[in-house]
Amino acid sequence: MTAENLPTLHALRRSPIGHLTDVLAEHSAAGRRSVRLREVPFLAQLDLQLHQHGSAAFDRIASALGEPLPTTPNTAVEAGDLRVLWLGPQEWLLIGPDGSAPATADLLRAALGDEPGSLVDVSANRTTLELAGPAARQVLEKGCALDLHPRSFGPGRCAQTLLSKVGVILHQVDAEPTYRLLVRGSFAQYLADWLLDAMVLL
Amino acid sequence: MNRLSDGGRVDRSAPLRFTFDGVQYTGLRGDTLASALLANDVLHTAPSLYRGRPRGIATAGVEEPNALVQIEGPGAEPMRLATTVELYEGLSATSLRGRGRLDPALDEGVYDKMHVHTEVLIVGGGPAGLAAALAAARSGARVVLVDDQPELGGSLLAGREEIDGRPALDWVADVRAELTAQADTRILTRSTATGYYDHNYLLVAEDRTGRPGPVRQTLWHIRARRVVLATGSHERPMVFAGNDLPGVMSAAAVRAYLNRYAVLPGRRCVLLTTNDHAYAVALDLVSAGAQVAALVDTRPRPPAELVDSARRAGIEVIAGSAVVAARGGARVQAVRIAALDAADTISGPVREVACDLLAVSGGWSPAVQLWSQSQGSLRYDEALAAFVPDEAAQNVDSVGASRGVLDLAGCLDDGFAAGARAAALAGFPVAVPPTPPTSGDGRPARPRPVWVVPGESGEPSDWSEHFVDLQRDATVADVQRAIRAGMRSVEHIKRYTTIGTAHDQGKASGVSATGVIARLLGARSPGEVGTTTFRGPYVPLTFALLAGRERGALFDPVRTTAIHPWHVRHGAVFENVGQWKRPRYYPRPGESMEAAVLRECGAAREGVGVMDATTLGKIDVIGPDAGEFLNRVYTNAFAKLAVNSARYGVMCRADGMVFDDGVTLRLAQDHYVMTTTTGNAAGVLDWLEEWLQTEWPELRVRFTSVTEQWATVAVVGPRSREVLTALAPELDVSNDAFPFMTARQILLANGVSARICRISFSGELAFEINVASWYGLATWESVIRAGEHLGITPYGTETMHVLRAEKGYPIVGQDTDGTVTPHDLGMEWVVSRHKDFIGKRSFARADTARTDRRQLVGLLPVDPAVLLPEGAQLVADAEVAVPTKALGHVTSSYRSAALGRTFALALVAGGRERLGETVYAPLADGGMIAATITDTVLYDPKGTRRDG
Amino acid sequence: MLLIACPWCGEREELEFHYGGQAHVGYPANPEGLTDSEWAEYLFVRDNPKGLFAERWSHAAGCRRWFNLIRHTVTHQILAVQSNRPVAAGQPKPVIP
Ligand SMILES: [Zn+2]
Repeated sequence: MTAENLPTLHALRRSPIGHLTDVLAEHSAAGRRSVRLREVPFLAQLDLQLHQHGSAAFDRIASALGEPLPTTPNTAVEAGDLRVLWLGPQEWLLIGPDGSAPATADLLRAALGDEPGSLVDVSANRTTLELAGPAARQVLEKGCALDLHPRSFGPGRCAQTLLSKVGVILHQVDAEPTYRLLVRGSFAQYLADWLLDAMVLL
Repeated sequence: MNRLSDGGRVDRSAPLRFTFDGVQYTGLRGDTLASALLANDVLHTAPSLYRGRPRGIATAGVEEPNALVQIEGPGAEPMRLATTVELYEGLSATSLRGRGRLDPALDEGVYDKMHVHTEVLIVGGGPAGLAAALAAARSGARVVLVDDQPELGGSLLAGREEIDGRPALDWVADVRAELTAQADTRILTRSTATGYYDHNYLLVAEDRTGRPGPVRQTLWHIRARRVVLATGSHERPMVFAGNDLPGVMSAAAVRAYLNRYAVLPGRRCVLLTTNDHAYAVALDLVSAGAQVAALVDTRPRPPAELVDSARRAGIEVIAGSAVVAARGGARVQAVRIAALDAADTISGPVREVACDLLAVSGGWSPAVQLWSQSQGSLRYDEALAAFVPDEAAQNVDSVGASRGVLDLAGCLDDGFAAGARAAALAGFPVAVPPTPPTSGDGRPARPRPVWVVPGESGEPSDWSEHFVDLQRDATVADVQRAIRAGMRSVEHIKRYTTIGTAHDQGKASGVSATGVIARLLGARSPGEVGTTTFRGPYVPLTFALLAGRERGALFDPVRTTAIHPWHVRHGAVFENVGQWKRPRYYPRPGESMEAAVLRECGAAREGVGVMDATTLGKIDVIGPDAGEFLNRVYTNAFAKLAVNSARYGVMCRADGMVFDDGVTLRLAQDHYVMTTTTGNAAGVLDWLEEWLQTEWPELRVRFTSVTEQWATVAVVGPRSREVLTALAPELDVSNDAFPFMTARQILLANGVSARICRISFSGELAFEINVASWYGLATWESVIRAGEHLGITPYGTETMHVLRAEKGYPIVGQDTDGTVTPHDLGMEWVVSRHKDFIGKRSFARADTARTDRRQLVGLLPVDPAVLLPEGAQLVADAEVAVPTKALGHVTSSYRSAALGRTFALALVAGGRERLGETVYAPLADGGMIAATITDTVLYDPKGTRRDG
Repeated sequence: MLLIACPWCGEREELEFHYGGQAHVGYPANPEGLTDSEWAEYLFVRDNPKGLFAERWSHAAGCRRWFNLIRHTVTHQILAVQSNRPVAAGQPKPVIP
């Protein structure tokens, strides 16, 4: 893939709910019950798994990213324009801007060296829904059994959990609150429909 | 009209019109349907279900046994209780005898669901619950207070107590204001806690009818660190002859109708009591202008101050006595009163007193239903004559009347202490607020329960008008019959007599029933008999509420591929495969499924077809030990597979039965990508993680699910090579350069990076093109364009199934059912003899070596036009009478374009030894289909077509 | 619905988990060396106590980790969450309190 043909290539891409952009915007409401829903498509996503805690690769990755991989369960850190989410012990999701996956992957592979580990480009595996506004938590509470109270879940927290009956990676980005929901492409339409239906009930 | 001119919690400026049994009435805001009916002098409900006896409103709450109604109109609801239906303008209801009618129209109401976490949940907004909420909320902990009534106050709404020198409801308003001001406190009124499940998980049903917003009901899922149950108590009825007559009412209900709803339910009243409660009710009746003809107390020596206060109000107190019969036709007209001796037998003359209302207090049964659901134990308290909470099984306390505390000061004390304790145990220590001074009832004196008031003649077996459960029309005579039949346990007698099994679940009558059983069994106390098991829900719930918003289009997740919009545009008929929507076939206008599938099959066999194969599960298996790991989970070997080569593999469970199958491709020395069956992708990932983490943690391998990362387009048929050439001009697709079961990584002509594999599930030359899923639609469209001049034909799962069945390829889950080994499928070749793998030892078990195991075979119906039904059982003898032992069953059955006939796959006992034999499928309609057993591979047995 | 504390993610609803049956039933070191009845014992025979039970769960919808816990099969109280390592054949199983 070369830089010249990127625009042509990008014209061929379809995000799982790209056709809903206008619908999502229409359903976003203002005021005290404000909640906004949009898709953030095509984010670069890399699934990284290591084999042992505190390995040399872990330290080399920290240097390469400028930030250690988060080791506290269900937390995320920011490293430059990357967001790194804890998914499990020794497993992380690195999220970056559209198109950044190859460069980030090169960086990580170099840091990994010949240590065993797994690095998989999963950028097209999930799309990202962003739900924001004072009523966003209430929308999630219609289908998510996690305790989302600020004492339990706040900016920088993430979790793999269920929303409605759909597996999601939930990441709270800020205190407004703004949540990002990473959902597998096959479920994205259903989840968007479910969220829109929930937003109407506020 | 029975409406009092002042007092009560009703709004006289807000009249509401309603219809009951076709007649128009007017009630007031704040009424229930029952109080509005009583205000209009309507006492009667539908007659009893089995015996057709007249019945009337008997209570003022959820324990009501009689007043079932059907709510008519849009959103009709059957089997509501007139005593719990809030009156609204235009309400239309009819009385209901037994079962109601569901509205066949689609329910347009919205039913929602909410998840809530809280440190403290308080169930019940009476004095104890309010005190608990106030104490807990002051700690800063999250507090949820739920109450089933439209307004807080509980028993205070029906009484005339004072707290802190003011009317108690002023105190309630102050508490409510303070709670509302707390950011983390939530008050849910009109909300009934219906279920108490494990680990302090409670369901609360909130009725939002008539509130702003489209939601009719919300089901709250509440997870609480601590629970405080302040659920109050139910007043028990008493069991005497004619106790079901309209006009026999609980004393607490009479008081609620008087004080809360400002309704006088009778003019000339008699009260029957075992305890102190009736005295306050009698005084309230007198001050409301009713005549109290007598107060009958079972106790020989009731508290003197109560007796004095009654006499001062002109009430005759008849102590040591009971009402032994209520007399009347459609309504109570008189009661017969007699003295009882210490053995509860009639010991004096019977005296008749005229009345139109009999208010009965048989004592208090703490509402222990939720406590019991939480698995807390109960004990019988002789002093209270009630079952009360004993040992808690979860993080819960019971307070106030729900644990037998009956005085107001005691309830407040209890609530304040429990609220503070709950908050502290949840990590929010707080001081216990001081209890304000109260007026009203003091601590009650000991009651004298009389479980069965004897009839004036006969034996218990004759007492068929002594009702124990009004809704079930079950009497003392019925209980006696159960005991004579040998029943001793309350659970058995409940099932024999159906006592406690109606909509009210014996809320009021359950303990009475226990008392009756104890009495008839000669037990010393009801404690020896115990209670039946209390199960959720505490009140009836609608299925619509349980379904919530997960109905219609949102019923279950629908999974679609990146190519789905094209399938929709091109008229695909979809089928559900797990949660996936997959095109089943693509009919042309007017074309039948049969014709479409034959056409699609023909294209794939003779020209070129294309199928969306995206739904197969895909798992990246990465690490230096990836090959070794795969060797252990697949029956065949993968460690030595060449890079860029693919191999079909079968996975078994430890018992040797086939669990999943699919093709695994080696992308690099330490990197494989595994495919799984569509419905089993998550199950396989769980399986791999289980073995890696719990048995072989030393293996350096990791798994990543990439099912949705890739879109997969299968290009199938003898002319598929031409399509690939157009699509990927740089790819040498010749058989030598790109052999079967290998893969190539290449840029397609449109610039999209693709992984192309030569894999075939049809026996034909075929290619699978994998691209990042966001390019899936564009790639599919490119394939269609590239094949247009060849008549490229999209095909669905039905054609895929036919093509693979013609080749004898089984589908795990269709041709297998968890009892089938690879050998049973005729796939000995996939089972390695050299390495160990999950399930290998099981193939040496005697059971897997049986020669009569069901084996996969082909079937050719003798009549080539007849299609065997899938699932049909097979027998060896056409003459045998069914039922008989089956030889096996049909697992797949199709019409084949290539064979020009029907065929099937089947699991048949010892099938491979029976090639050429005829078996018979007896059908449900009496018909019989004969078929010949054949090899499974019916098309191209030499496999010449896969290389084109 | 149970509230299960994943050793990594903390308390989550039972719906997020996959049940794995009795804990400490390790895969036999040498299956070929077992008699049919010993192998059948491994495959099919599990304890079913009324009371405390050591069992396996996987946080399937979360971190995908397998772990053991001790649950009271009557009250569903969860007493302890343990590591997921199987017990090698011949070694004693952990004692249930
Ligand atoms: Zn976890």
